[in-house]
Amino acid sequence: MSAVNVPAEMPGRAVPKLSIPKLPAAMRWGLWLLCNAFALYLIIALYAQGQTVFALLGLVVAGIASFVFINRRAYAHRYIFPAVAGMLVFVIFPLLYTVGIGFTNYSGTNLLSFEQAQRYHLNQTYLAGERFGFSLHQNDAGEMRLRVDRGEQGVWVSAPLAGEPVGGEPLRMSREAEVENLGAAMPLRDVIRQRKQLEQWVMRGHEGQLLRLYGLREVAAVEPLYRLRDDGSLVNNQTGERLTANDEIGFYVDAEGQKVAPGYTVYAGWSNFAKVLTDPKIRGPFLQIFVWTVCFAALTVVFTLAVGLVLASLLQWEMVRGKAFYRLMLILPYAVPAFISILVFKGLFNQSFGEINLMLDSLFGVRPDWFSDPTLARSMILMVNTWLGYPYMLLLCMGLLQAIPRDLYEASAMDGATPVDNLLKITLPLLIKPLAPLLIASFAFNFNNFVLITLLTRGGPDILGTTTPAGTTDLLVSYTYRIAFQDSGQNFALAAAIATLIFIVVGAMAWLNLKLSKVKV
Amino acid sequence: MAMVQPKSVKYRLWLTHAGLLAFVALIVFPLLMVVSISFREGNFATGSLLPDNPTLEHWSLALGIPYVHESGEVSNPPFPVLTWLWNSMKIALISSLLILMLSTTSAYAFARLRFGGKSPILKGMLIFQMFPPVLTLVAIYALFDQLGEHISWLGVNTHGAVIIASLGGMALHIWTIKGYFESIDGSLEEAAIVDGATTWQAFVHILLPMSVPILAVVFILAFITSVTEYPIASVLLMDVDKLTLSVGAQQYLYDQNYLWGDFAAAAVLSGLPITAVFLYCQKWIVGGLTAGGVKG
Repeated sequence: MSAVNVPAEMPGRAVPKLSIPKLPAAMRWGLWLLCNAFALYLIIALYAQGQTVFALLGLVVAGIASFVFINRRAYAHRYIFPAVAGMLVFVIFPLLYTVGIGFTNYSGTNLLSFEQAQRYHLNQTYLAGERFGFSLHQNDAGEMRLRVDRGEQGVWVSAPLAGEPVGGEPLRMSREAEVENLGAAMPLRDVIRQRKQLEQWVMRGHEGQLLRLYGLREVAAVEPLYRLRDDGSLVNNQTGERLTANDEIGFYVDAEGQKVAPGYTVYAGWSNFAKVLTDPKIRGPFLQIFVWTVCFAALTVVFTLAVGLVLASLLQWEMVRGKAFYRLMLILPYAVPAFISILVFKGLFNQSFGEINLMLDSLFGVRPDWFSDPTLARSMILMVNTWLGYPYMLLLCMGLLQAIPRDLYEASAMDGATPVDNLLKITLPLLIKPLAPLLIASFAFNFNNFVLITLLTRGGPDILGTTTPAGTTDLLVSYTYRIAFQDSGQNFALAAAIATLIFIVVGAMAWLNLKLSKVKV
Repeated sequence: MAMVQPKSVKYRLWLTHAGLLAFVALIVFPLLMVVSISFREGNFATGSLLPDNPTLEHWSLALGIPYVHESGEVSNPPFPVLTWLWNSMKIALISSLLILMLSTTSAYAFARLRFGGKSPILKGMLIFQMFPPVLTLVAIYALFDQLGEHISWLGVNTHGAVIIASLGGMALHIWTIKGYFESIDGSLEEAAIVDGATTWQAFVHILLPMSVPILAVVFILAFITSVTEYPIASVLLMDVDKLTLSVGAQQYLYDQNYLWGDFAAAAVLSGLPITAVFLYCQKWIVGGLTAGGVKG
């Protein structure tokens, strides 16, 4: 293969021709084919399962990879592909996916897709007919089978119980004589232990009728509870009742409009956003948490900057000895992993056995309720976060202070300025410009300081009278997390809608940060 | 040395020292307290900074050794701390090696090569880096749930998932390394390429050996980030034996099961190595942090 000139060039005076490393062509194409075959398998498997979004993501990533690695013009892109792909898959895709969820009703009650919900209903059965004795067998390979004695119709054995019982195909049954290695019957206590599992399996007999566990010793013939009509509605075989799919709410409903669980996921438009902004039981806590989040982030920046700047100015003074010692001690909070120090503070602030309350009790006779009083809980959070965050500001300020010319201070000393004058009139104005983008980054970080809140207070004490779990110390992120993962409702959609609102705020901060820091690329 | 000094400078110096020492005492107090608590008897013991009856009970439990009390009663370790520590180390080691490898190659392209879309990609990386992964956990969980159906070592409740998920956070490291590469003169590499070396060879044999310090910094930063990562691991990992330290540690302090003493020993045991590494490398790390954050 001849060396091809590619547009990827070194910046500089002489622009030399780039030569590209060459693997033997056969090996390269083999590797390329192998990777693409694997990617295609994954994409098709995902698509076949109805996971169109994930299949699409796979297609985009694999497509770009394939293009970048065979196209010589995209040689430089090979270097950045892995990082960009990582960002695409684990940052940008989840972002878009979350925004998408915000426009659906995806939640604990509406987890399934329409097809899955329909299949679930069609797999429901009701008791209809004879009952037969059964025994549970396990062979030395660990395969479990049900052996059903159907009297005159012979003895039948099910296929091994493997895979998912719910939603799958019923187990096939065959005559006992055809089954090798059935294994010994398991004692009743094992059957009792397996009962929950066994109750979910459905078997299909030789005449097509369905069998299902009935009690601990018998299986009974069952019929499908619903049948699908051409118009898409489900008819109850037992009662004749008709269920129609209501795509507004994502449930099958009966004639009276009663929902029949499980629901399925449907597009819900702006309803989640409308709920956040208009439903008083959600808007109330949302606004309260929003205000606290902004206050928390702003106060954290102010406090950490104040402490860091004062300490940095002190350490800057030539006459102070032992700077290395002070510096080491002062950045200690930064060196200890945050998840450990936050938990340490959680223990130290404990109302009943925490060392801080013991000390306050013996010194002043007070035992503040750090975790049940909203104001105290918030003050505690700010104290802990200042402890955690000031070393970063200290390090930044120490670096930036070096750049301020000494003679400014000498001039001010001549004019009889105090150290406070120096700090406010010389140091601060000169620092604020280079610090601004870093302060915004710090604000954004604390705006989303999930770990601190989750490990320290879990958002508590809770706000009363809300429909979503909301605490007085919750930040927007931890509030979102609780709606999605801690609430019994698991309202992923509402959480995603709030997350989308946070994305807008974060995006604005990120953009501002980029403008202010004047990054040159 | 400044030539002009006010008269009261001596008092001020003393005041400064006193203030600094008092502040240091305040800052270090919680850390000393935890060390002290880890040697106290039981989980609710109170007392002075130096324990009255020091005991190794909590340390023995933290190290996974059942502790036999004088009364003959045996306490079993409540949680597999060493397993968690090992999980954390394993995940952090593999993911930071991967991050180092991939962000170095990317940074090389950004620093030395010219290609389409360079500036928007770099800026986009900086912007997207600010979006917290906590908010997209539902999506991340769904993604690995699907992946796990086809690739078992990438599913939910595997360490592979946590390692791969960490690859989303490379932007800052790329910026840090890129900044360093740009500070190195490119003429050596150009000379090598003129002499017939490939771009890749110039990168591996000339630029990389000159960049070892920044690579060490990025490795340590990525390692610490990974060890302290909480949200993603807390959603992706479930079995007690698979948890990382950051997810597992909080289980000591549930209201129903409050193991303050045991936690203290486990915290010191697991926090000490990380703290020591950080302090040892602080000079380089601080340089890397400010370089990556400020100038990019």
